[in-house]
Formats: sequence, C-alpha cells, structure tokens
Amino acid sequence: MKQLLSGNEAIALGAYHAGVVVATAYPGTPSTEIMENIARMDDVYTEWSTNEKVALEVGIGASYSGVRALVSMKHVGLNVAADPFFAVSTTGVVGGLVIISCDDPGEHSSQGEQDNRHFARIAKVPMLEPTNSQDAYDLMEWAFNISEEFDTPVLLRSTTRISHCKTVVDVKGERKSDLKKPSFMRSPAKFVMVPSNARVRRQVMEERIIKLQAYVEDFPLNEMLLADRKLGVISDGVAYQYAREVFKDASHLKLATIYPFPSNLISRFAEEVERVVVVEELDPYLEDEVRRLGIAVTGKEFIPIIGELDPEIVERGAIQAGLLQKTSGPASVPVSPAPQLPARRPQLCAGCPHVAAEFVLRRLGFRTTSPGKELKEDEFIVTSDIGCYTLGVYPPLAALDTCACMGASIGTALGLEKAGVPNKIVAVLGDSTFMHSGITGLIDVVYNQGSNTIIILDNGTTAMTGHQGHPGTGISAKNTKTQAVDLESLVKGCGVRDVTVVDAFDLKSIESTIKQSVANNEPSVIIVRGSCPLHTRAKSTPYKVDEDECIGCFDCLDVGCPAISILEDEAVIDPEVCTGCGVCAQICPQGAISESK
Amino acid sequence: MMKDVNVLMVGVGGYGVILASDGMAEVGMENGYDVKKTDSLGMSQRGGSVVSHVRWGTQVFSPLIKKGEVDFLVGLEQLEAARWASFLKPDGVAIVADVVVIPISAVTGKIPYPDWDKIKGIILQYTDEIHLVPAIRIAQEADNPRAVNMVMLGFLSAFLELEHNAWTDVMRRRLPPKFVESSVNAFDRGLQEANSVIEAREIKK
Repeated sequence: MKQLLSGNEAIALGAYHAGVVVATAYPGTPSTEIMENIARMDDVYTEWSTNEKVALEVGIGASYSGVRALVSMKHVGLNVAADPFFAVSTTGVVGGLVIISCDDPGEHSSQGEQDNRHFARIAKVPMLEPTNSQDAYDLMEWAFNISEEFDTPVLLRSTTRISHCKTVVDVKGERKSDLKKPSFMRSPAKFVMVPSNARVRRQVMEERIIKLQAYVEDFPLNEMLLADRKLGVISDGVAYQYAREVFKDASHLKLATIYPFPSNLISRFAEEVERVVVVEELDPYLEDEVRRLGIAVTGKEFIPIIGELDPEIVERGAIQAGLLQKTSGPASVPVSPAPQLPARRPQLCAGCPHVAAEFVLRRLGFRTTSPGKELKEDEFIVTSDIGCYTLGVYPPLAALDTCACMGASIGTALGLEKAGVPNKIVAVLGDSTFMHSGITGLIDVVYNQGSNTIIILDNGTTAMTGHQGHPGTGISAKNTKTQAVDLESLVKGCGVRDVTVVDAFDLKSIESTIKQSVANNEPSVIIVRGSCPLHTRAKSTPYKVDEDECIGCFDCLDVGCPAISILEDEAVIDPEVCTGCGVCAQICPQGAISESK
Repeated sequence: MMKDVNVLMVGVGGYGVILASDGMAEVGMENGYDVKKTDSLGMSQRGGSVVSHVRWGTQVFSPLIKKGEVDFLVGLEQLEAARWASFLKPDGVAIVADVVVIPISAVTGKIPYPDWDKIKGIILQYTDEIHLVPAIRIAQEADNPRAVNMVMLGFLSAFLELEHNAWTDVMRRRLPPKFVESSVNAFDRGLQEANSVIEAREIKK
C-alpha cells in the first residue's frame, strides 16, 4: 500500500513492523515525531525518558532481555548518550538495538551543527542512512537484523530534510507476529564490563567490524546506477537526491551503509567512471574514505562544509568546479538588489509564561551595557539554557547572556561566581531542561556552596518541541496519567533551603522574589509557574488599550508580545491574539490597559 | 503525460500552511504523481515564517525546489509572499492571500511593514501574473474564518489539471468531521474566485 510518510513516520512504522517492543526518547527537533508516532501504536512500550542517556540505558536493558528496542534523539542528544553508546558497543546486544540520530544541518532548531557519522566510527557501531522515507522504512528491518546477527547496536542517521520530508512509501510489511519473549540469560562475561571482560569484548568488536565490512559490500540498498561514464557521483542521505537532480546524466552510487564502508563497491564504481565526485552534507566523511582507497576524488572543493545543502548550492558548486555547463535552468532571473523586508524571527507567544520573568530580569538586572563591553558591577549576568525561553535573547527582552547546551545554565553560573566576577548571577532554565540535566548542576551548586539564584520556568510541558510530557508533568508518552515528580520537593531534597514558587504572570511577586534571592548568600531556587497557553489552549478575557489614556510611551512593547502593535501613535491589542495574561497591564505607567468588558 | 508541478507555500506559523501543503501532497500521490513535500520552519510555532515545498512529478528527486523553478507561489501572508518571490520562475504565478501579520520587528524596528503596492512591486520583478485573493472575506462567507488556506488551495486548483473531486475527497478524509463542510465550501469558493478571474482575463484578451 502506498502512503505519504515523513522520514520520522517511516522510521516509526518500519520499527513497528520490525517488531520493536520498547521505544524510548527525549524530544528534540528534528527527531521528536519518531516517538510521537510509535506512542500511538499498540504493543510497544514507549517513554519520554528524562534525558537521552537514560533513554539509551533503558533501551540497552530491553535489548539484554532479548526484545527489540529503539532509541531516538537529535544529534546533540547522542552527545548526552555517548557514554552508554560506547558501552553497549562493547557489550553488544541480545535483542536488536537501533539508535536513531537526527542531525540538523543548517541548525534549523539547534544550538550547533555536528556530523554524527563520525560517532559510528569512533564507537565502532555500524551505521545506515536513508535517502528518503522509503529507505527509512526499509532500513529499520535491516537495522534490527544486523544488530542481532552481528551482536551490535546499530546507528541510523537521519537529517532534518529526511525526517521532515514526506515522500511516497510502498508499505509492504505488517508487524511481525513471532516476537521473542523477554528473558534474561546470566552472562557476566558479556554484560559486566570489568577490565578483564572488556578486554575480551574488544577483540569481539574488531572481529565484528571485519565481518560487517564483508557484509556491507553486497548490501542491497547501496545502489549503483551507471549512465554517462564521464562522471560518477557518490552520495548519501538527502544529498543523493540533490545529486540526482543536478547531475542528471551522470553515473551515481547511492550509499546506505556508511560505516563500515563498502570499499570494494567504491573501487568497482571508480573503475567504471572517468572522474569521481562526492556530494555530501557537512563533513567530508565519504570523501575521506574514498581518498583512503587511493581514488582521486573531488568533494568539499565545490560542496560547502557548513550548513544544509539544496539543489541550487550543489549546482552552483558543480558549475564552479567545471562539472556542469552553465546552461541548465532559468538561473538568469533578473534580480534588483534584495528588498529590505522586516524580519520575522520566532518569538515568545502571546500569553507566554516566560515573558514576565525575563522582562523583570532585564529591568532589575539593569542590563544597560552593550555587547562587547564589560559589565557594570550592579548588572546581573543571566546564564540561560535550551528551550523556548532562549528566544528572550532577542530584543525587546534581550535578557540573556549565555546558552550552550542542555542544563548548562546552572554550572555556567557557578563557574562565573567561583571565578570571582562581582556581578549577581542568575541561571534560567525550563522545567523539562531542569529534569534533563539541570538537576546535577544544582546539586553541584549546593555541594560546593555557590550562592546563585536559579529560576526554573515551569510551564508544565516540554514546549519547544511540541508539548511532550516530562517527569514533572505526570503525563506519560502514551498520554496516560503517571506519578509526577514534585519539583519543589526535588529541589529541597537537593539541599536548597531558599525555594519560592511564584505566579508567572505576577510581575511584582517575581520582582520582589528575585531581589530577595540574589541578596541571599546561599543557593536559591525560584519556580516561576504558569502554563504554556499553546499547550492548554487556555484563553481568558482579552485586554484592551484605553485610547484616551494611552500616551504613546510604548513601554508595553518591551514585553515583545505578538498581540501588541502600534496604530496611529498609540498601542493597540489584537483581541484575537491576546490570551488575557495581563502582563502588559502591569507595565503600563498610565494604567491604560485593562480587561475588555 | 502529467505535467510536473512545483509549488512553494509560504506564510506564518499557526496559519495553516502545513495543513494545506500536506493536503496538496496527498492529492498528488493519490492521483498517480511521485510526490515530495517538505517544510522549512525552524522554530515556527513561535510565529516565524513557514515555507512548504510541494513537488508533483513523474519522478521527484530533491524535496527542495530550486530558486527560479517555482511554478506557483502561494502566499498565505503578504510579506512572506514578497520574501520568497525570488523562487518564482519567470512565467510563474503568484497567488497571495490578503492576510497581513505584522512581525514584532516591524512594530519596534526601523523597517516598516510594506503596503501591497510595494509587495506587488517586489513580486513583479519575477513574474507578471499576480493574484491578490480576498481570502479573508471568502473564508468568512464560507462560515470558516480560519479556512484561508482552503480558499487558497481552491484558487490554486483552478490552475492545475486534477479534477475537483481529487481535492475534496482528500479533504473529506483528512479533516476533522466538523470542519469538512465549511472547508470544502471555502475550497469551492476559492476555486470559483479563480475561475472568474481567469474568465475575465480571457474576455480581456
């Protein structure tokens, strides 16, 4: 049956048909929909794990019992899960274990760009890569089979343009019916990695890679297409689609097995064509492998190493490299200088519970020094984290100073304090991020006697990735009720004595609490609590501006609310967009904003 | 032989670009095309710009349409239509809804939101065929003010070779039951609007 599926939907369906029994993930763009789709399927245990490391550890446990397990995450998630990833490469598996890494070339929604094909090689884990949703669906069965046959976890790498692209899939299978019953076979030599056992497993790992090297030479999803022999193009992932689009007449080699590398296949292809080029996104991974075989190859000289590719970039590079004539396509569209159009950056939503706290931080923390200048002593430093609230770096809020990776806000704050900067330091992170990896930082602050103020913006969900549950929400991945971890008790249990909960829409309380906490010479946690309006769909009476009272000072614009704009020198509120949170009314110096009657 | 079609649908997060482009992709597949459709949306739930590439063809490789190869630019918001106009091919068609969503940068920053004449001027650099569709009014008349995207799909369908039912069948299957009638109604009215525009043009010629 033909279905139009995104790469993520195809991965989920492929895993389901391959008989996956346990599926775990921490949400992260562009990987999130894999687990959202599996969670809708029967007979699969699914969970949003606390973080990617835990997700993989749960997957490892399931695999040890003999059932098939799937663990999915975004590219930077594999950094978090790197420890168990290397560990399970050493122990090997029992039931098939497949790890999905969704890379984000171009950083559509990420704090960094990285090419996770390298992870396969350093962890000695075989890696597969789809070029469309059909491949993604088909490869899942192969991935589980390889995992079990070769006693190894398998890494499947997708990218944003595979995961978030719908293509036609011929869905052939249905869910396997002869699933293995879970049972644990005691085997310390395999499962207990003390050095004496690990040394033995190291041998097994190397032997495994040699066997896999032979195996991938005949892998059916590596496809050689011989046409014009003047040019042979090797590519993987979505880059294969761009290569086919741009080099229409050339010979092509599509690679699905990225590690180990099918050396003989590559050599055979190179013998068939006069010139070999590689088209790949990000690092010259394939190119280096081809060159290692002693084959002359062109790649990153004409294909950028940074960012996402598209057919235009590949074509432009090909023309520059003399691989294509400049005739194809109507590239000669007349273009006058690009018009100056107002940017449309992502912004915090109307009614967002993060806005008031960030507004107060900006006002209270003075924050008058421009970027590139040293801070005055009375200004706050605000270390931040990964989540919707990171958008508060943009004007008009401009409230944040750092954002590195999940959970980093707290450790960074402590580092600044211990280094001796004279400023007050406030760490800001979300509830889901705190559970993910903020908690270890907090324990460090308590143990090492920091005095930071830590603000947990608790909107009751993992908002940025589309409202998934997390341990604090009491909602499971299957949308059922579960035990909620109580944030206040958790924080107190870590040894923080100064813990306050404030209403996310009450400017005065937020301001007085922050003042108190920063003056305090011990760790303080402020939980700023308010629901994400996109999640709850809650909307109360909208606010309006009294036009007789408005003096056009536009202080209300400083919250950056999408509902507020200017009309004929006065502020106006769009009642359709306004959720009635009332934060702007607390800012207006004239008292000109009130609930609509 | 079926004609290849490249459509770029652009707009603002939360205004139905994805639903419309998903629907169009499905219609293509059900009617025998190879189809690819992808969105560039970054963190779009938070009001950023949304771009969907929809490609119908006998064999589609790249999911992304090359600059200068878009047959139809469907703008669900005017500023976004201007922003993406350079993707149009020279004889391409721009179909723009009369929807204005002012970004915060235009409220507080130096570059104001351009009026329609300015937007039209930008699009005119790439094509002469521009349709400004009174989609807000049409959607209201169809009793579904949020169905601007369906009005625009209806308008677009007048330029494509598939029959009316090819579109409405998919809508009936995919949309929540309570929105089906008003959405099909919005689609039909969009189609009628296009037909009357096309007819008027034929008479002029």
